[in-house]
Amino acid sequence: MSTQTLQAKISAKNMNFYYGKFHALKDINIDIPASQVTAFIGPSGCGKSTLLRTFNRMYQLYPKQRVEGKILLDGKDIHSAEQDLNLLRAKVGMVFQKPTPFPMSIYDNVAFGVKLYENLSKSEMNDRVEWALQKAAIWNEVKDKLHQSGSGLSGGQQQRLCIARGVAVKPNVLLLDEPCSALDPISTARIEDLIHELKKEYTIVIVTHNMQQAARVSDYTAYMYLGELMEFDQTNTIFTRPSRKETEDYITGKFG
Amino acid sequence: MKSETVMKGLDNKRYMRRKFVNGLTLSLSVGTVIFALTFLVWILWTLFSQGLSHLTLDVFTKMTPPPGSSGGLLNAIVGSLYMVFFATVIGTPVGILAGTYLSEYGKSGWLAPTTRFINDILLSAPSIVIGLFVYEVAVHSVNHFSGWAGSFALSLLVIPVVVRTTENMMSLVPSTLREAAAALGAPYWKVIVNVVYKSARTGILTGLLLAVARISGETAPLLFTALNNQFWSTDMNQPISSLAVVIFQFAMSPYEDWQHLAWAGALLITLFVLGLNILARTVFRQNQSHS
Repeated sequence: MSTQTLQAKISAKNMNFYYGKFHALKDINIDIPASQVTAFIGPSGCGKSTLLRTFNRMYQLYPKQRVEGKILLDGKDIHSAEQDLNLLRAKVGMVFQKPTPFPMSIYDNVAFGVKLYENLSKSEMNDRVEWALQKAAIWNEVKDKLHQSGSGLSGGQQQRLCIARGVAVKPNVLLLDEPCSALDPISTARIEDLIHELKKEYTIVIVTHNMQQAARVSDYTAYMYLGELMEFDQTNTIFTRPSRKETEDYITGKFG
Repeated sequence: MKSETVMKGLDNKRYMRRKFVNGLTLSLSVGTVIFALTFLVWILWTLFSQGLSHLTLDVFTKMTPPPGSSGGLLNAIVGSLYMVFFATVIGTPVGILAGTYLSEYGKSGWLAPTTRFINDILLSAPSIVIGLFVYEVAVHSVNHFSGWAGSFALSLLVIPVVVRTTENMMSLVPSTLREAAAALGAPYWKVIVNVVYKSARTGILTGLLLAVARISGETAPLLFTALNNQFWSTDMNQPISSLAVVIFQFAMSPYEDWQHLAWAGALLITLFVLGLNILARTVFRQNQSHS
């Protein structure tokens, strides 16, 4: 199950994941291709988000969660002693299911992550914030209220603000954990456009419950079921002639 | 099974019983609210009717008098402010840092649950026990009463309140917010300082104000520690006067002047605590409408 032709940005090798004693991911092997959009689909509880959260070691905030096996970013083991956890997360950005604006102004929301690693002048920072907000297609809506609280925005705007915040630190990879599940169709369409736009520069991995969305935005699709990676191929192949019966059943709605 | 419609009129027994129970509990709870409010209003009424006429300018400008002469409460007011101030200054950082530990780092291990348990005991410990403890540690051992000992005793009352509210308020901050900050590559201390504290700020501040309100009326821990001082003193190494202790002493005395001053002092403390509570509530309300 690999995409031999493309360079792998993230690879999992014989990776297992445990929530305490619960074996949530079973022997995952996957190569996420660079500069492409990869979608994880599957029924609730199949481990899509769990897999995503191993790529930036987000699970390590919780003491009872652990990984066995290897995860490589650009060929380097992300669990090795040389890999600093915070630097890894600065390289592998993440946007969550629910919008999570920080309790600060829109400007500071975007500048927060940038300030962690870069010492920019006031005008450089202004440029960066504008650039990120432009990228996330929210600049026009917020340019006149940059110094108001981020929590005053609508849900869709908040989510785009969170994407801008993730983009602002210029990561290599963007992990999107069901970014549209709390949004209305118009906001969803905007974020999908955004994903198309962003994939020119970033490797994007998106977890989604919505198969149409996976079909629309992704180049590659992984179907997961009960903690196993059932099938991983080009989105086109997965949706037209999947090699496994289970995948076909899920995609055609016979199951799931 | 026949598909008759269920009678849904006022003769439906299940519904009528529920309606009766509803009415009963509602009147019981309204009754208890009235009961509690009655005493509160009564206390306030007594305080105002007895104290207001004695709350003159002299109270704020003159020292506590010897029996039979006129005077004020200036030294007691200042002493109270000093001790409450230092108790807050000592107790706040300890309480906030301990609460932070419990909320953010105390997910595993034995230290956090133990600390939490002891803190809960401390929270409900009678303040006279705290007073005796500090007497033993900071008064008996150096052979004299002092303002510092009083502050120390009061800070021991501040700490558990602040620990508890800090932990509770920080636990209310959704973990997704921490994840979002961590996902940008922020070290965990920055996540706490820049995101969690910011979200929980008004809640923590409210807890702090309530802790200050609580200690400003405490008498028992000061009786054995700061003792009292009839004269003007701001030397924290010496016995120092406080409103609570002066009220205690004056109210129990047979001298009418002293009793009047005790009423004035009691009213003063009540107004102070009331003010703090109102402040805490308005701050909290602002936060709610903001988010």
